[in-house]
Order: sequence, then C-alpha cells, then structure tokens
Amino acid sequence: MAPRIVLVTGVSRFLGGHLAARLAADPHVDRVLGVDAVPPPPDLLRRMGRTEFVRADIRNPLIAKVIARAEVDTVVHASVTANPHGPRSAMKELNVIGTMQLLAACQKSERVRRLVVKSTAAVYGASPRDPALFTEDMASNDLPTSGYAKDAAEVEDYVRAFARRRQDVLVTTLRFANIVGPRVDTVLTRYFALPVVPTVLGHDARVQLLHSEDALAVLERATLHDLPGVFNVGGDGVLMLSQAIRRAGRVPAPVPAAAVGPIGRLVRGARLVDFSPEQVRFLNFGRVLDTTRLRAEFGFTPRWTTRQAFDDFVTGRGLRPLVGARRLAAVERGIRDVVARWS
Amino acid sequence: MSSHGGADRAAERTDGARVIPLRPDLVPPDEPAPSAPGSELERRLAEALAFLRRRLTGDYEVDEFGFDPDLTESVLLPPLRPLYEKWFRVETIGLHHVPSEGGALVVANHSGTLPLDALMTAVAVHDDHPARRHLRMLGADLVFRLPVIGALARKAGHTLACNPDAERLLRAGELVGVWPEGFKGIGKPFRDRYKLQRFGRGGFVSAALRTGVPIVPCSIVGAEEIYPKIGDIRPLARLLGLPYFPVTPLFPWFGPLGAIPLPSKWTIEFGEPIPTTGYDEGAADDPMLVFNLTDQVRETIQQTLYRLLSQRDNAFLG
Repeated sequence: MAPRIVLVTGVSRFLGGHLAARLAADPHVDRVLGVDAVPPPPDLLRRMGRTEFVRADIRNPLIAKVIARAEVDTVVHASVTANPHGPRSAMKELNVIGTMQLLAACQKSERVRRLVVKSTAAVYGASPRDPALFTEDMASNDLPTSGYAKDAAEVEDYVRAFARRRQDVLVTTLRFANIVGPRVDTVLTRYFALPVVPTVLGHDARVQLLHSEDALAVLERATLHDLPGVFNVGGDGVLMLSQAIRRAGRVPAPVPAAAVGPIGRLVRGARLVDFSPEQVRFLNFGRVLDTTRLRAEFGFTPRWTTRQAFDDFVTGRGLRPLVGARRLAAVERGIRDVVARWS
Repeated sequence: MSSHGGADRAAERTDGARVIPLRPDLVPPDEPAPSAPGSELERRLAEALAFLRRRLTGDYEVDEFGFDPDLTESVLLPPLRPLYEKWFRVETIGLHHVPSEGGALVVANHSGTLPLDALMTAVAVHDDHPARRHLRMLGADLVFRLPVIGALARKAGHTLACNPDAERLLRAGELVGVWPEGFKGIGKPFRDRYKLQRFGRGGFVSAALRTGVPIVPCSIVGAEEIYPKIGDIRPLARLLGLPYFPVTPLFPWFGPLGAIPLPSKWTIEFGEPIPTTGYDEGAADDPMLVFNLTDQVRETIQQTLYRLLSQRDNAFLG
C-alpha cells in the first residue's frame, strides 16, 4: 500500500527534512506534513517543496489533532536525536516523552496504517563483553544505563508496546549506524573535524558508518513500502577509530583513561565534542552491525561502504589534512634516495 | 575496494571526459616506484617506509572483527618469532592436519599462567604451515577489557569467546583457535600440570557442528613449565579484578625479571581432524552428542599429552 498522507517529525534536522523533500517530490504521495518545534533552516525549507510545515512540539497534544484532522496514514518518527540544541535533560524530554505523545496520538487515530521509527545502533551499547557483530535479536550484556542510548532503548520499548496494542499498524524500526556525509552535523562529525582528536589511550574502536544518502534511501523505502520489522542499517566494513582519524588527516591524541573525565567536562563546557561516559565507551570499543536482514528482507544494499562514506565526508567537508598523503610520499622518496646514494 | 571512493566515483561519472582533481592532496599519491634491486637493507627500509606511510594515512584494511593483517604481519608477529624459534625451540607435529583452506576449529590445552601457548600456536600455523594461515582465537572478555592488550588482540584478529562470533568466523572459512579450559586451565597450580580441566560447556563443539567444520585437537607440551605457578595471592587478584595473582619461583620476588618465562622446550602436536558433518540437522542442540564429542576431543588431547610427556626426558632440553 502506497502512503497518501505522510507526517514526518524532526523536519528541521537533516534526515527528517531531506526525507520530507524526497516525499514531496514523489507524485504518489498526496500530502507531506513536516513537524518540528523549530522552523527548518532556509536552505532546507527551499528543498522541501510542497511539504506543509507544522510548527509544533510533539510533546504537545496538538499533534494528535494534526494527525486526526489531516487523516495521516503514515507516520515517520525521525526526531529522536543524540544531537540536541539544548541541554541533556531537554534531549531526554524530547526523545522519550515526545515519542510517548506521538505514539499515543497514533494509537488514537483510526487512519494510521504505518509507523517508521528512526532508531539507532546505540541501543546495543558498546562493551568488551558483546559479540563482535550485533544481529537484530541480540541484546547487549551491558545495557546502556545513561544518555542517548538509554533514550533510544526506551523509545524502542514504547514502540514495541505500541505495536502490540495496534497490531493493524505496520511498524518499521531502523537502527542506524553513525551517519556521516558532507552535509551532516553530528557529535561524531564534529569529533573528526577537530584538528587534534582526543582518543582513549590503549583502546581503538571498530567504527561502522552509514552514508547520509543511504540513510535517506532506507527511510524513504520504509515509508513507501510495507516492510515491517527491526532492521540494522550500516555500511559494509569497518574503520578503526585511529585509522579514520588518519584518513581525515588529523592527529590522534591518546588521553589516559583517568584523564578522560576531566577533559570531557572541559570540552563539553566548550561545546566541542561529547565525551559522555556512553560516548567514551563507544570510542573505546565501538560497535558493528550485522546487516544481513537489511539486504535479504528489507531489500536494500547500502551504496557506500563505511570507508567510502567516511572519505566522502572528509572530501565534502573540505577537511584539510595536517599531514598530506602527497607530502608523506615525497618524504618517503626523499629518504630512499638519500639512502640509495649513501649505500 | 577503492581507498578513495569519492575520487573514483567522480572518475567513473565523467566517462572519458577529463578529470580535474579538485583536491590534489586527496588524489592517491603516486606510489614511489620500486627502485632497482638494491641491497637487502634498502629493500627493508623501503618496506618499512611504505608500512609507515600506510599507517600514517590510514590506508589499510581491517575486517569487521578489527583484524588488521598488515599490522599483524609487520608488527605483532615478528617479536614472537625469537621466542618461538630460539627461546622455546617449538617443534610442531602434524601441521598437515590443519586444512589449508576453509573453516576449522583448533582446540588446545591451556597452561602457563600467561597465554603464551596461544600466541605460539598462532605463530606455528602462520610460519610453519604452507598456507601461512592466521589463527583467529576466541578469548575471555578480560582480554578485551584491558587497555592496549584488548586493542591489540582485536587487531590480531581475535574475538570474544561466544557462539555468534565463533560461528561467524567459521562460516567465513577462518581457522579458529579455542582453549576451552579457560582460566581453570591456564591458572591451575603447577602440581596439576598436564591434567586437563573441564572443557567448558562444550560451546565450541556446537559451533563446529552448526558450521560443519572439522575439529583439530591440539596438544601443547612445554607451556606448563614457563611460569610454574606455586601460589596464588587471592586478595590481590580480587583487588585487581584478575582471575588469579600468580606466585612463581621468580615472581613477584624478582619484579619484572620474574616475568621472563623459563626456557622450556615445547612440542605442539596437531591431531587428526574430527569431522562434524554427517550428523542430523539439529545435532548442535543435542546435549548428549555435544557432550560425547567434547569428551572425545578432550580425551584425544589428554592421551597425546601423556604420550608426548613420556617421550620427553627433560622439560628444558627436550
């Protein structure tokens, strides 16, 4: 069943906004409603075409009226985020309470037939006690107890409860790996953009990434087709954290584990990067998703591998390497010439 | 896979048109041309420099477990070789029982307080086997929790001992090594040397059954004598979160010097593979079968250990 009237939350952010733009360009979709508490930035608004913007907080019961009056049949919940504008408490409010309100509104509506939820691989946590790759039915041995990961886990709990209560609604939950792209601004992209990148001494994480275009394509596919279930979404292959830092032409600065806390507070104060305990665990151990189900059941193969996605982010952002590959090659030739002459 | 996806995609799209590099520093640097065959020293220097350049630009591949073959062969294995060849004078028997390709599960006895036996087995199947295979070991979570060691273990291709990881590696055709006695084996007192402990719960057998790969029993003689554990300071172990805090004739009395392993003479024997195909579907969930196979593997290793020990005159001279 093709959706007629789609409501997208979080349209002032990258994923929600660009998804709305894609849906607005699709002639099969009658109406696209975009919801967010803040208006989209002008360049995003231009792309969004015929999308009708509803300035509303999803925590407000108004959202139920919007869904009922517009006869929305498909809801895309893309506003759960780890990159809030405000403080941490506001993020939790928005993520968890917002989801509750939205689901309550969906449950009330007779028209809603499909729900797509943008979740995150963070629900798996990051620990040395878990298998190297997560499949959708695995749960971590060390469940996240704080921060965004806990929010996401709670959001998924509510979504599961909703799916039980409204079994006629097809629910698709997408667990995205860390999204990168030339135009994406997240905790991780800001981290890699630092000239000197702090890492934790003695640890090196496996990092799996997802190109923003692939993320959008997956969201769009889930919105337009009947594909219920939970799906891991991530690019092929992994990069080691240290390797990624090198590929971005940055210099890693290993920090002893004991000093991470104070430094984290310092940089958080300066609003540079997120060094919360949960993020530090990710930077220590990383996480990788098994995407077999995405290919086999969801029918999507990411076009960008982790490495290509990262390189595209580096090129697109115009990160100027501190140590250029070309200069290194020149140095290498130089040393070899000198040795060849002397021996 | 292209290391410079963006540039390559741009090149494909232009289809015959001239490609103008927008970011010259991101275009793959022209590899320094291999110079005329110079001296051995020059060749090795060139290799080392190329390695260093790959590391500094992040131009290398790791698999989804974090296995980094480039680093393993250039940095992690070389320091183990003198230990393997000169210090322990490891002798290998039956390496032809390790298949040259495809998945197989090497199951060995564990001893020696520190897991040098595992490292030496990895050197054996890499250096002495014609296929130069990498042994992907299954380790305790303690290993992966430790800084430096945990990161290096991942880069060397090892992973957590759990069925999903074991089966994934075996399905991918990797050679997997497992030490099912775990801490009970490696940390047992010296007086119990060469007495096999309980073989876990047989998880390794069900992994082999599910993936249909052969089990290669491996018996290691010599590792028991490297750090004879004559005592255990339990409060200290608890304090440090370790399974045991060993006391050997040299450690901790001589400080770091006590960490030097005694130069025992080692023998690593690989036995005839035990096939796991030919069972019904669902055999991996039959506890009796798993139990029997576990016992068979354990008995094979124990008998081989006794035979090797009876052939040995002296622990240090062989």
